[in-house]
Amino acid sequence: MEKKKIRLIARLDVKDVNLVKGIQLEGLRKLGDPNGFAREYYQQGIDELLYIDIVASLYNRNNLSDIVRRTCDEVFIPVTVGGGLRSVEDVRHILQMGADKAAINTQAIKTPEIITQVAEAFGSQCMVLSIQAKKSRAQEGKWEAYYDNGRQHSGLDVVEWAKRGVELGAGEILLTSVDCEGLQRGMDLELIRAVTEAVDVPVICGGGVGCARDVVDAANAGASAVATAALLHYKKATVPQLKADIRAAGVEVRV
Amino acid sequence: MKQIKVINYGLSNLLSVQRAFEHLGAQVEFVNTPEGVLAAEALVLPGVGAFKDGMAGLERLGLIEPILQKAAAGTPLLGICLGMQMLFDESDEFGLHKGLGLIPGRVEKIPARDTDGDPQRVPHISWNGLWPAGGRTDFAGTALASVTPGQECYFVHSYEAKPTNEADRLADTRYGGRAVCAAAAHGSVLGCQFHPEKSGPVGLGILEGFLAGCP
Repeated sequence: MEKKKIRLIARLDVKDVNLVKGIQLEGLRKLGDPNGFAREYYQQGIDELLYIDIVASLYNRNNLSDIVRRTCDEVFIPVTVGGGLRSVEDVRHILQMGADKAAINTQAIKTPEIITQVAEAFGSQCMVLSIQAKKSRAQEGKWEAYYDNGRQHSGLDVVEWAKRGVELGAGEILLTSVDCEGLQRGMDLELIRAVTEAVDVPVICGGGVGCARDVVDAANAGASAVATAALLHYKKATVPQLKADIRAAGVEVRV
Repeated sequence: MKQIKVINYGLSNLLSVQRAFEHLGAQVEFVNTPEGVLAAEALVLPGVGAFKDGMAGLERLGLIEPILQKAAAGTPLLGICLGMQMLFDESDEFGLHKGLGLIPGRVEKIPARDTDGDPQRVPHISWNGLWPAGGRTDFAGTALASVTPGQECYFVHSYEAKPTNEADRLADTRYGGRAVCAAAAHGSVLGCQFHPEKSGPVGLGILEGFLAGCP
């Protein structure tokens, strides 16, 4: 059998025209032109880019199109886009801008049938169900799905919601731990284990990556890909360094 | 300047394919009519989505016969992902569906279990290595000439092509302990299961290799 392999994804949260980064999805700092970061990570050998328009679901607008279009002129790796996608038409639009996959959270919670509609229109490989997971206060060992950047709780159990999303047609899951997000102190491995054991599609895990070891732990817990933001944006590590360390720990990653 | 016609049958992300070829200095035009296909010097059949929708799209636009004619005449044709799968005889995705029949073989679901009997994730979404197949020891003299065996490209698929003739297998990748057809070639027809337009410099090198064989 081949060795366990992980994809390393750079997550770029965008507000208006700026790359931003927060802690637990709050307290955003502006970091600059997202295209510059995207190009830099591509040149360093990142495996995939993930753009999230973090205000789109609050104010019902989507200004990410331009940024995605510019990125795809010069970056030849998969690009996933999320934030404020509400319909098959919204998804068609971002695909036309050059995105390969659409990540949907809020609208999937409100009207789960959008998952099936997007999967039928563009293939399930295009439909990434984005889940923002927060530890349940009521039940030990459970997580609840949130939306609107961790502000609103849905009442949905994360593991059950992931399973349902896959039944409805999601080809991949983007699982973000709101509790760990932005802290760079390690990922919620219990959460990763619970979700990756419950579904048979690849799971991209995010929230809390502080070093290569965290990526390795996530891979060993079942993650197919890890999304990281702060670590790269604040230049605490470069992609080649991270990949060398991941490989040294026995997990495969693209050269 | 090399002229590439990308077949637009309503399913795929055409922009990425266009930008990648333009980046390499080719001129790209989208075609969705029999005349457009017949006038092409080189054709690209991209594709994401389901096999039967893809074939239905080609059928509706009357493009199947023109594509077959061009392939028979030796016009370079590159199929990508679903476009590669449609080059084969048939697929069992959502029922049995006929393909273009340009490369003998069929398309089947990736098994839910690996060779150890453990569950494996489907779709296969990964950067995965390309290894010479069909009796080759390297990619010299093929569209993949720029690829060093083992270099990785981006795959995303739930079905895999199984060429009937070993010689048509150009490259394999490995998933779940098995060889999976990554690229197939038959005459002037080339199919890539991975997305060369999304596979960084290695993928661009493959598109350049395809362009080198275009008039």
